[in-house]
Amino acid sequence: MNSLKQLALGAIAATALLGATWSTDAQAAAHAKKETIKVGVLHSLSGTMAISETTLKDAMLMLIEEQNKKGGLLGRKLEAVVVDPASNWPLFAEKARELISKSKVDAVFGCWTSVSRKSVLPVFKELNNILFYPVQYEGEESERNVFYTGAAPNQQAIPAVDYLMSEDGGAVKRWVLAGTDYVYPRTTNKILKAYLIAKGVAEKDIMVNYTPFGHSDWQTIVASIKKFASEGKKTGVVSTINGDANVPFYKELANQGIKAEDIPVVALSVGEEELAGIDTKPLVGHLAAWNYFQSVDSPENAAFIKKWKAYTKNPKRVSNDPMEAHYIGFKMWVKAVEKAGTTDTDKVIDAMVGIEVPNLTGGTSIMAKNHHITKPVLIGEIQDDGQFDVVWKTKGLVAGDAWSNFLPGSKDLISDWTKPVSCGNYNTKDKKCLGAVMAK
Amino acid sequence: MQRLIKFFLLFAFLALPFMQAAQADELSTFVEQLKEKSTSKKIKTIRAIGAIGASGSERAAPVLEAYLGGKLFQKKTDGTIVIIVKGGEGLLLSDPYSGKSLGTSPKNKYKKIRVNNRLRGVIRSVLGGLQLQHRDRLKRLEAAASMFKSHNPKSIPALQEALKAETDEDVKTRMGEALAAAQLSSTDASAQLSAIKVLEARGDKTALTLLQAAMQKGASTEVKSQAEGAVRRIKKSLAYWEIGQTIFYGLSLGSVLLLAAIGLAITFGVMGVINMAHGEMIMIGAYTTFVVQEVIRTSAPALFDVSLLIALPLAFIIAGSIGVAIERGIIRFLYGRPLETLLATWGISLVLQQAVRSIFGPTNQEVGNPSWMSGSFEVGQLIITNNRLWIMVFALAVLFTLMAVLKYTSFGLRMRAVTQNRAMAGSMGIRTGWVDALTFGLGSGVAGIAGVALSQIDNVSPNLGQAYIVDSFMVVVFGGVGNLWGTLVGAVSLGVLNKFLEPAVGAVLGKILVLVLIILFIQKRPRGLFAQKGRAVEQ
Repeated sequence: MNSLKQLALGAIAATALLGATWSTDAQAAAHAKKETIKVGVLHSLSGTMAISETTLKDAMLMLIEEQNKKGGLLGRKLEAVVVDPASNWPLFAEKARELISKSKVDAVFGCWTSVSRKSVLPVFKELNNILFYPVQYEGEESERNVFYTGAAPNQQAIPAVDYLMSEDGGAVKRWVLAGTDYVYPRTTNKILKAYLIAKGVAEKDIMVNYTPFGHSDWQTIVASIKKFASEGKKTGVVSTINGDANVPFYKELANQGIKAEDIPVVALSVGEEELAGIDTKPLVGHLAAWNYFQSVDSPENAAFIKKWKAYTKNPKRVSNDPMEAHYIGFKMWVKAVEKAGTTDTDKVIDAMVGIEVPNLTGGTSIMAKNHHITKPVLIGEIQDDGQFDVVWKTKGLVAGDAWSNFLPGSKDLISDWTKPVSCGNYNTKDKKCLGAVMAK
Repeated sequence: MQRLIKFFLLFAFLALPFMQAAQADELSTFVEQLKEKSTSKKIKTIRAIGAIGASGSERAAPVLEAYLGGKLFQKKTDGTIVIIVKGGEGLLLSDPYSGKSLGTSPKNKYKKIRVNNRLRGVIRSVLGGLQLQHRDRLKRLEAAASMFKSHNPKSIPALQEALKAETDEDVKTRMGEALAAAQLSSTDASAQLSAIKVLEARGDKTALTLLQAAMQKGASTEVKSQAEGAVRRIKKSLAYWEIGQTIFYGLSLGSVLLLAAIGLAITFGVMGVINMAHGEMIMIGAYTTFVVQEVIRTSAPALFDVSLLIALPLAFIIAGSIGVAIERGIIRFLYGRPLETLLATWGISLVLQQAVRSIFGPTNQEVGNPSWMSGSFEVGQLIITNNRLWIMVFALAVLFTLMAVLKYTSFGLRMRAVTQNRAMAGSMGIRTGWVDALTFGLGSGVAGIAGVALSQIDNVSPNLGQAYIVDSFMVVVFGGVGNLWGTLVGAVSLGVLNKFLEPAVGAVLGKILVLVLIILFIQKRPRGLFAQKGRAVEQ
């Protein structure tokens, strides 16, 4: 209600200002007054992706409320501007434009699917604003206006494969790469396949399988995985199956009696939220790779979960990896704004690199020059209560690599947004910045 | 000599309690070592515990079982090891070494001793060794299965001994197979040869795995060639079974399509309403199941197994009355204007989705499988999953009940009369308006019960309905509008076709191919498989 009133007042004031033509002075005066700092939240609240993204909206509102309780930022209050792009990719771009040019937000936290991120990219570049993207993604991208707080492939997919290859993970020799048919699984699987072949796995020991979004009948595919596994070598599955399709997939695994000891499945996009709809007793032992699990035992995490449950007034509400990414991203942005002393886009972008904030797993995350962050990689085992138990974690923090070293097209590329390079796709061989020409 | 034996017996008798105490001590020292982090050390410990169990300690097996089930915990303060008998917020504990209850304790005071997949495999094989001669038949079967999986040549003597003592035929076969698997992994060529025969008789994919390994690593050339022959024969027979399995998958998918489409066959097929909100009726049925299960979980957990039976009539009534409300409130003003109907029902579907999202939240809700619907059984090499089988039975039951209602009840007669010739039916004194409403209600109600069944295999989320709407229209149009038999044949043939295409060309391309085939088919026969004939159709 409050914001509505403000909006109305603002509109009246604006028309009044336009009527009288001493606008520049008045605007400066209005600025000097304590205006709120606006933060855009661009997550789908309806449609297919609402299942995942609504939680992130709630998490952002909680973080902003908390920051305001601490006295806001630069002495001003923060104000969340929430819009609903309704799981509609072109609408993401429209809503982003609306947030930046109409609501005048200083930063946007949002997007989940890669296609939605790609759809808003031109808007953020054109209007020069900041996007914090909290979801694990396929890499092969680094933009000046985007900060990637989710995992790049080397912070999730590659360690997951390494774990399965190790003694403890079952010494897997044969691989099924199963995914939903869109850009994230396709690129990730391309990287993984190149990585496996580099590790000496034969081409015939890799099976790649794609299914449509929301695939619900997994009988033949699970059976073919079973068949593939019966050829005499230990087999593991790396799953990039997304969203709703996971529940019937896991139900079918359980029904066909595939135990984690026989064919372990390590999932790259199944978190606590996705497991909420399944009885996990038959799935105990299957794995997921993330940078955060709700079950992580650290004081920061315990405090965060307590606040989250109190904020949502739901003692059963779970937390997940992208939420932690927003947590880190938001804290980093707050710190960078404090460091820059302003919310001016260019100054904040410059201030972001090198910012260090505590994450929820007990360490700290640093924003690197390529706008990706350092994170620990954790492998968790599904438990019978729908939570994950960490069975393995990387020794230290892993820095996100925007351009995979295992793809021929991106091997020589690096990203560095500090001077003098200031380039998202700098070719170290030719010593040239490819600029807008994408290396695909 | 006799004196010596007597003396020895006496000694043994006196020493027995001490020995048991010593075993308990030994057990506890090893169990303590499970707290260590390194997996390879843990494996040694598990084997040692197994050895203690083999030498007669009765507590070794329960401790290992608890560890396997993730129920072995340690106190955070002093590291005392306990077994969790019952989880939840207050843990019910018992002592691992005596099995005595230790009362309850709050959850946060204990943490789990970790187990991973590699350890689980080791524990299962060690436990298998301990339980080969267990009193419980099911435990022996389980033991034989895990021995088969681990196929360790070291377990041959134990298996042979257990086989001698075994009386149950079923268990005997399984143990024989486990023995064969172990023998095949040994280096004894003659044992390997006999093992190949046993494994060929088993003839499934796991046997195939072992035989293929033997093909490369057999002890003699004869073993290798024998194994190769067995592999060839098993592969051949498996290929036939696979066709059978694919047909089952196809029938199962067909039954799901049938369930989703039956309601639409009435609202769209019989009444001609392009009902885009059909999927949401399915979703409402699924959410009804969820609510029923939630109520049962909190107030009467014993009824959980019949939760679906309770949900069925409720889902029918709820979805049906929403259907009647939609017909009376909106659709009746739009008869004869298909485009407006399409838009209006599309709008309704969005409204219903968002309403459910606001009430229940956007995330998936957990709907449990009752025990009689979980698991699977085998017929030869066919794996039949229980929930799929029940859904097939259920889909057919719904279809035939509906046919009977249309054919033999007076409501069915009126309904057919109204759809065939509205003016005539009206002049005979039938209140056509109400018949329309009830027909639409019937179609929606049937979609509601379909939702109850589909909640067993799919997500219960606000998007549930959208996943089925396209498929439902496809089935109804393909089968022939206005004909329930057509819906049945359409659903089953699309299901089987889909499942045969899927392994060959992949799920994505398979789906596209099916759509293309339907488009071509509709070009040739615009009225579908079973076209309705007669004057009524021409209107």
